[in-house]
Amino acid sequence: MSLTRATLVKDLRLEWRSKDAINSMLFFALLVVVIFSFSFDPTAEESRQIAGGLVWVAFLFAAVVALNQTWARELRNQVLDAYRVSPAPANALFLAKAFGNFIFVSVLEALMTPLFIVFYNLRALGPAYQLPMVAIAGTWAIVVNGTFFAAMSLRTRSREIMLPLLLFPISIPALLAMVEATTAILTGEVSAKFWIVLLVAYDVVFTTGCLLLFETVLHAE
Amino acid sequence: MKRGFTIFALLTAVLLSYALYQALEVAPTERTMGDVQRIFYYHVPSAWTAFLLFFTNFVASVAYLIRRNPKADALALVTAEVGVVFCTVVLVTGPLWARPVWGIWWTWDVRLTSTLVLWLIYVSYLMLRRFSSSGQTPVLAAALAVFGALDVPLVYFSIWYFRTQHPQPVIGGGGSIAPQMLHVLLINWLAFLCFAVLICWSRYRLERLRQELEEVQAL
Repeated sequence: MSLTRATLVKDLRLEWRSKDAINSMLFFALLVVVIFSFSFDPTAEESRQIAGGLVWVAFLFAAVVALNQTWARELRNQVLDAYRVSPAPANALFLAKAFGNFIFVSVLEALMTPLFIVFYNLRALGPAYQLPMVAIAGTWAIVVNGTFFAAMSLRTRSREIMLPLLLFPISIPALLAMVEATTAILTGEVSAKFWIVLLVAYDVVFTTGCLLLFETVLHAE
Repeated sequence: MKRGFTIFALLTAVLLSYALYQALEVAPTERTMGDVQRIFYYHVPSAWTAFLLFFTNFVASVAYLIRRNPKADALALVTAEVGVVFCTVVLVTGPLWARPVWGIWWTWDVRLTSTLVLWLIYVSYLMLRRFSSSGQTPVLAAALAVFGALDVPLVYFSIWYFRTQHPQPVIGGGGSIAPQMLHVLLINWLAFLCFAVLICWSRYRLERLRQELEEVQAL
């Protein structure tokens, strides 16, 4: 646990000083929002129907930017090799990275959501208190697998492109759940309960999977 | 070994021709759909074969993670490759049938979409294998295969809730099928399965040779 905290604090401090990940994510998401609103130019009613999809696609693409940097920064000076030979549990490292990414993506979402509301005239007609639940479960769903696959794609040629190729197919049920839950809450026509339960199930299944397999993947030779 | 392969290849060829004859000539023409329905004898056996291959891939991947046996890895690789081919056949023959019968090429129905997602997952699996450096490929690929298997029920439930249009499975799904058609279907499945085993067998030998060559070169 102390190792998780130490790595997390180190990553946050690095990010606080450089602001590489958060700046590139923010600008990227901003571009996506602007381009989407140009290409659709929806009315308030339509935007309720499509906003769920737009928001999550923007966040997913932006998250990949941060996820790609997760492990890449450990390659400099062979830090990752040092982790590998150290007796520290691999899962502590994994959790630190996943929490770190969770914080980055959450900050991004907190900053971008007001922009979405302004650009698309959004107002939830359903129970708005469910939106943070969807956001937390959805962000974790992207981040936990993203951190894992980023560690995998680190070992491949052209690793920057490999991450989305691995992450997106596996994330399809989670994405569907996030988009449908958000749309259900915004339009207030149907209940979002099933989708939230599905998201939580996805989180539980894949968090377990990541923790079981991360050590194997970290030590793959 | 070599003779066994030749005999099996001949048997498969005979069986495939017999199955083709059965599907095009012997099977009765469906009353409402007409001859279009005959694509069913390729679509369904390919689907079953693909799912069986993907399942084998999952079992082989888990076996590799536990035992680290290169044979398991070779099996995982060939079943994924051949599975993607059969899955592609399913995804191509489906719309060919759907266009005249449903009036649309594609719909986001649970079986169609799940198959498509499965195909996407396995294509990403093959890309990972292609892009990773050879020493680490088996472990990374096996881990991804396990993730893919974990994903399958979630994909199915999410899309099942999303919408459904595909005809109910005719076998074990409450639907009914003429006994003669079932007979032809099963023959075709047997033929396709033999064909899949044949390709896997040949590809497996090739992959084992490649592994051996790599070992020799590493010395």
